[in-house]
Amino acid sequence: MAYVRPVSKTSWYLARRSYTVHMLQELTSIFVGIFALILLWGLSAVAAGPEAYQQFLESLTGPGMVLLLWVTTVVMFYHAVAWFSVTPKAMPIQRGEEFVPGSVIAGAHYVVWIVLSVLVLLLAGVF
Amino acid sequence: MAGINKAFFWSLFAAGGTLTAFVFPVLVLIVLLAAHGNPAEIMGFEQMQGLLSNWLGKIAALGIIALALWHAAHRLRTALHGLGLRADSAVAALGYGGALLGTVLAAYYLLQI
Repeated sequence: MAYVRPVSKTSWYLARRSYTVHMLQELTSIFVGIFALILLWGLSAVAAGPEAYQQFLESLTGPGMVLLLWVTTVVMFYHAVAWFSVTPKAMPIQRGEEFVPGSVIAGAHYVVWIVLSVLVLLLAGVF
Repeated sequence: MAGINKAFFWSLFAAGGTLTAFVFPVLVLIVLLAAHGNPAEIMGFEQMQGLLSNWLGKIAALGIIALALWHAAHRLRTALHGLGLRADSAVAALGYGGALLGTVLAAYYLLQI
């Protein structure tokens, strides 16, 4: 029997910083899920008509909801930056013999991110 | 079969991760602005209805919400496994079942707009 180093099933991700960061990135999905449900809630309100939609907007202004939205905002920006930084590793692009540098792939994602964000702000009527 | 399933759920997870990275920061920022008391101008009913009453808007909304839910379900599944929970089939059934329900509900609401 080869020696197997004991590894905790419940706290292994605290052993190294890179494991902890990985776990934090996995946990951003909680807020992705929560925000998707908020969007679904808004969708149901639009479907139900102007009064239901007004009620939905008022529910957003409660202190608990505002706090949740602030935390979600911070976590979503972290999710985006973390996602774009691992994309070149998860899906490397090869051109001939060479691999396209990770910074080029990540940079392209940032450009798309900015363009899409401005487009969404325009569509939403922010400016 | 298991291999096909794995690749299938992973591709939904990856697509959802990319799409939410692109659009969730700005969307949550808009909802946050609305929550701070400027709803009439930023997320007005007619504006939202207008965006969601054409097919392009409907497909975009369904794609974003559905892929976000499948992304969250898959990633929470692996996270819970990583945290030491060993009830994977129950977690998978609940997560993917919830994502499927959310997808169907989103389509249902969109068809009413």
